[in-house]
Amino acid sequence: MEAYALIMRHEDGSKIASPEQMETWMKQTMDWIGGIAAQNKFVSGTGLPFADAKVVTTKNSKAVVTNGPFGEIKETIGGFITVKADSIDEAVEFAKGCPVLQGEGNSMEVRKIAKGDGIH
Amino acid sequence: MQQQELIPRLFRTEFRKITAVLCRHFGIEHIEIAEDIASETFLSALETWPYKGIPDNPAAWLYAVAKNKAKNSIKRHDLFKQKIASQVKSELSKTEEVEIDLSEKNIQDSQLQMLFAICNPAIPTEAQIGLALRILCGFGIDEIATAFLTSKETINKRLFRAREKLRDEKVLIEFPFGGEINNRLETVLMTLYLLFSEGYYSESNDMVMREDLCMEAKRLTYLLIENEQTNLPQVNALFALMCFHSSRFEARKNKNGELVLYEDQDESLWDQDLIAKGSYHLHQSSQGNKFSKYHLEASIAYWHTIKNDTKEKWSSILQLYNHLLAKEYSPIAALNRTYVLSKVYGKQKAISEAEKLCLENNQYYYSLLGELYTDIDNVKAIQNFQKAFLLAKTSPDRKIIEKKIHSIFQK
Repeated sequence: MEAYALIMRHEDGSKIASPEQMETWMKQTMDWIGGIAAQNKFVSGTGLPFADAKVVTTKNSKAVVTNGPFGEIKETIGGFITVKADSIDEAVEFAKGCPVLQGEGNSMEVRKIAKGDGIH
Repeated sequence: MQQQELIPRLFRTEFRKITAVLCRHFGIEHIEIAEDIASETFLSALETWPYKGIPDNPAAWLYAVAKNKAKNSIKRHDLFKQKIASQVKSELSKTEEVEIDLSEKNIQDSQLQMLFAICNPAIPTEAQIGLALRILCGFGIDEIATAFLTSKETINKRLFRAREKLRDEKVLIEFPFGGEINNRLETVLMTLYLLFSEGYYSESNDMVMREDLCMEAKRLTYLLIENEQTNLPQVNALFALMCFHSSRFEARKNKNGELVLYEDQDESLWDQDLIAKGSYHLHQSSQGNKFSKYHLEASIAYWHTIKNDTKEKWSSILQLYNHLLAKEYSPIAALNRTYVLSKVYGKQKAISEAEKLCLENNQYYYSLLGELYTDIDNVKAIQNFQKAFLLAKTSPDRKIIEKKIHSIFQK
């Protein structure tokens, strides 16, 4: 059994959702996580709200801090969950169920977590 | 004769008090002496009362006898120590002053401290529950054996090993200090939760015994609520959970003592006082920022006290199960969530998630599939119920499955 990070990528982090949309989206996300957890394959989840987000870059060797939305960076990460899976294919199946994919242009990135990082 | 009823009743209420106080007095290394003295005290009552009549204040009589026996035991012990180790001289005068304090306050404190001492991660959970039943609930070895569906011998061995372990670990009978309470409380709550579940979901057919276990778990949890330092959100949440569940005791058995499923229960039999009590403590539990799995389970149990099927009810329960599973996996939560999923999104969706659960050794897994396939594919429904029937361990479970199969055939 390996651990995988399922990373939610939003095409446009500057879109602001209404409280109702947020609530629906939260519920759908929890339904998705609940389905994985019911198979005893869920490890942990981390949400990354856009509010108060900052971006640190360098210009002429100096740190430059800008507020989100994320300017030049087109895609932003909305959060990630960590799951256990027997194979990358199983992890991909989990990723397919993520409600983030309902948004056109959004994507899911599936990455194996390196061993020896404190999780294994 | 009156004492035939009186003595067992006193045994149930007083044995545990005497044992807890004596345990605390003697220390964990002499836990058996405490139990023995408490037992001997009741033996004296059995021998004396039939001839001399029941004393005016039977509990006070028991306390007096227990005190004397304890003092004698201490003297014997000291004498023994002195003969072997002659250097002890000053000790003798002390034994005269030994006071066994059986006041209500000290009984309560002793029980609370014993609860923390027994619920110690050093001993297996089963043994913790066994010791709690013996020392804090005054259950007989045969009763504990019935509750665990095992032999007296097994229980005796289990308790023996547990006492030995507590001695080896030099566990102190004391109330944990400030910051330690939360940590230690976790084990205590887990044991009380399992004690309650043992009663609520037990495979034993003995309904009276099962309700007793639940009542004892509730009583011990309430002990924590009565104490200011342990009257914490997670304790209130656990207590609320127990109240909500036990509100259905009357409704979940029929005249023949068979189990009645939630859906078929007559809700007029639900105990409204217990539901109100549960709601009060659920509310108490929301103070503070500690959010435990007991909060989630109590909230799920709260929704079940509302019989009407509404969309709001089932989608709230589904969210609670999602959070519960993300926090801590258990097969029963996974199965329940999938059932609730069918209530919110329909049976097809639930079937596809149920197939992924990998619980092929679990009878409830097949019962769930049977339930989900009913009216969708009745052949598959019956096949699954038959698998559940083969795995079922108790006759009430088998009866329920038989009824389900029967009702599909009638369609």
